[in-house]
Amino acid sequence: MLQNDTPITPELIASHGLKPDEYQRILDLIGREPTLTELGIFSAMWNEHCSYKSSKKWLRTLPTTGPRVICGPGENAGVVDIDDGQAIIFKMESHNHPSFIEPYQGAATGVGGILRDVFTMGARPVAAMNALRFGSPDHPKTRHLVSGVVSGVGGYGNSFGVPTVGGEVNFHPRYNGNILVNAFAAGLADADKIFYSKAEGVGLPVVYLGSKTGRDGVGGATMASAEFDESIEEKRPTVQVGDPFGEKLLLEACLELMKTGAVIAIQDMGAAGLTCSAVEMGAKGDLGIELDLDKVPCREANMTAYEMMLSESQERMLMVLRPEQEEEAEAIFRKWGLDFAIVGWTTDDLRFRIRHQGAVVADLPIKDLGDQAPEYDRPFVRRPVPAALAAADVAEPNDYAEVLLKIVSSPDMASRRWVWEQYDHLIQGNTAQKPGGDAAVIRVEGHDKKGLAFSLDVTPRYCEADPFEGGKQAIAECWRNLTAVGAEPLAATDNLNFGNPEKPEIMGQFVGAIEGIGAACRALDFPIVSGNVSLYNETNGVGILPTPAIGGVGLMPDIDAMATIAFKNEGDVIVQIGRDGTHLGQSIYLREILGREEGTPPTVDLAEERRVGDLVRGLIRGRLVTACHDLSDGGLLTALAEMAMARGLGATVAIPEAVATRHGFLFGEDQARYVVTVSPSVLDAVTAAAAEAGVEARVLGTVGGEMLDVSGITTISVAKLKQGHDNWFPDFMAVSD
Amino acid sequence: MKSAVVVFPGSNRERDMIAAIEKITGHRPAVVWHGDHDLPKVDLIVVPGGFSYGDYLRSGAIAAREPIMGAIAREAERGVGVLGVCNGFQILCEAGLLPGVLMRNAGLKFICKEVELRVETTDSRFTRGYAKGQVIRSPVAHGDGNFRTDDETLKRLQDEDRVAFRYVDNPNGSIDDIAGILSEKRNILGMMPHPENLIEPLNGGTDGRPLFEAALAAVA
Repeated sequence: MLQNDTPITPELIASHGLKPDEYQRILDLIGREPTLTELGIFSAMWNEHCSYKSSKKWLRTLPTTGPRVICGPGENAGVVDIDDGQAIIFKMESHNHPSFIEPYQGAATGVGGILRDVFTMGARPVAAMNALRFGSPDHPKTRHLVSGVVSGVGGYGNSFGVPTVGGEVNFHPRYNGNILVNAFAAGLADADKIFYSKAEGVGLPVVYLGSKTGRDGVGGATMASAEFDESIEEKRPTVQVGDPFGEKLLLEACLELMKTGAVIAIQDMGAAGLTCSAVEMGAKGDLGIELDLDKVPCREANMTAYEMMLSESQERMLMVLRPEQEEEAEAIFRKWGLDFAIVGWTTDDLRFRIRHQGAVVADLPIKDLGDQAPEYDRPFVRRPVPAALAAADVAEPNDYAEVLLKIVSSPDMASRRWVWEQYDHLIQGNTAQKPGGDAAVIRVEGHDKKGLAFSLDVTPRYCEADPFEGGKQAIAECWRNLTAVGAEPLAATDNLNFGNPEKPEIMGQFVGAIEGIGAACRALDFPIVSGNVSLYNETNGVGILPTPAIGGVGLMPDIDAMATIAFKNEGDVIVQIGRDGTHLGQSIYLREILGREEGTPPTVDLAEERRVGDLVRGLIRGRLVTACHDLSDGGLLTALAEMAMARGLGATVAIPEAVATRHGFLFGEDQARYVVTVSPSVLDAVTAAAAEAGVEARVLGTVGGEMLDVSGITTISVAKLKQGHDNWFPDFMAVSD
Repeated sequence: MKSAVVVFPGSNRERDMIAAIEKITGHRPAVVWHGDHDLPKVDLIVVPGGFSYGDYLRSGAIAAREPIMGAIAREAERGVGVLGVCNGFQILCEAGLLPGVLMRNAGLKFICKEVELRVETTDSRFTRGYAKGQVIRSPVAHGDGNFRTDDETLKRLQDEDRVAFRYVDNPNGSIDDIAGILSEKRNILGMMPHPENLIEPLNGGTDGRPLFEAALAAVA
């Protein structure tokens, strides 16, 4: 076991992920060689995950404020006003690397971490989602990873008791060596009872709550520990192990404690555990923190200060409490069978001082660890966008029915029922729209009609071709999906997954995507209130597709007016809202049918997006539509098939004779578009409303029968489509390796 | 019309159950903590769903040995109604208040979906609001719902008309498609499906309501 006075060698520094110039900065800051524990603390605080050193410059350019934003980025999660004195608190975070190494526990602890971020702020979690990206279905590891990640997400969320109501699952060979597991959680709180991490007051007790500290996670993010202490690597998995039962108890105990008024500041122990949580509480409050590690509840004997400070054991919290309520607080935690220990106190000297077995093992300037960590302006290059691809230069299908069947049964487009039936999406009894629609909807507990909508979106192939347009499109599609159920989009969280930022072309993707996200957020009044950056998603020099996943939240005053995608009534008129489809570059048709990933992605006209969306939301809220679906992957014909399959009801449609290309019209992925169905009696009112808004509305046909019929082009049975659509996932997972 | 909902560490559908009972009856159930040794005088005791003690060791096994279980057994013996849903069913089996055991789903995966149940007997305070043979909808959400007994016990359950519900399309491999069973005195019902999650239009149906209406009206 390494002692605290172990000499600091260049190898040790490198194995902590610190660059020589960063180490020099440490020497300059503290004026001496750091102890081993201090080196560990610096590496934990200054790594990319905690410090955002490569991304901070660009994250600052995103719009993060708005009339409904109570708290933007910088806290555990974003806080947004949802009227009636209530707030929704939400965030998305990645757990990519652990999930690739150990899919069950990696995914489970990803869910646990994001739930903790939400209830740390005083909110009871009411919805969870996750955006999952796997390698090619043909890759030998994919099935194992899908199976492990899905059971891990379910295993944690189901036991904890939060409904998992939505998300994304995609496959692409570029994720073969780096899957993405992005977990989203949202919780409900009173707007005047939000809890923050900023400590206030000198000489107050710092309290450790929750599970005990073990060696799990030591050496996780920043350290290649094999060179430096092989025994750690041999004995411990670097992936933490989740205990959803412990987390459920921690939730109940924290919420009960918060009601007593005893909590001044609270921070969960996530990445870099005790180090990060203590430094954040102190640095934010302009206070020093002194910790006595002899008081830390430990699961294993003889843990060193280094191990305790870097442990990522799960289900732990740090709080600053009002001293006069200490006993009351302790009684609550004992009742729930959880550890409660005073492990330190706040000071006025701005030092982060750690004592262990009578000695001071670390004594560092707290502000430099936290808000004054290094920041880089990394060089970047923008790759030229590919040449545009005209629909006329893309082969038209010989058999539209066969093509449609192939699209709806393809890995990225097939039903995700196999996945979401393993998630408890009904618990809490407020689920108004289950997975499978454009957005999930829950009722706000205590209200009859108020609802919240949630959606996760990004189209990585668009981002790869053109990061700026791809970033815009991710925001626009999320905003559109919330709109398509009738919600007013309020705010979003971003989970920015990219490759190695030290490569200028990767940094160029990052910068482009951020610029696109920012432009769309500003145009749509859809601020980013929280988020997470995951870089270095590369294996053998091959990076993932740039994947800036967006999680959006929308508000619905009247849940009874909510729209769903399913065709409802025979005879309803099908209306396309927005411009005609033309764009086949980077489309699902091009990729799934012709095996080509070429061209530019569709551009998003943000003013048009807003105009069309506001119209559609108004129609839904005015109860003029009987179904609504946004147009995205696979274009119009795919959307019609999805609406038909949702309830086994067909449709007869015709496309205009003057159309430029038929396949562009039917499979084009042009943005800012929806399909709605309306009763014939209100058709005139709907087209008039569209005309008044300056939005195109085109009558396509009527709902009815068992076939999806495109006049003069093709006809296919809805049951046949549904069979292919429903069976791909279970069939894929049923194959034994 | 008084009821109590028993909460164990790791229970997680107690809030659904409390809300459902309150919405249906207008009365909020008493909430009883697992460490208590006594129950208030009520007409219905509910052991809700969840993952008591994280399902560690075996689902329901640890909770079944808690102090409150003695009180539940005493009240059940006096004829008070006891409803165990999902983890509650597992706990009642582990405590010996109902026969049989709930094993891992046959497909080895957690299942959350709506299923159809056939009401097999109306001869109980829980099921008399339905018609015999009626098919009702109900969500399931469990990983350990595969009901198993020995042949002799199964025969007794069948012969004594103690199978309350059967799955129309068995999702978890339960023997004889059993979804819920009654105790010998017919005052204890254990079932895997969640009637408390289908009680209002928002849930997509109200087939769960008659169970609560009957159970709480029976002794009013």
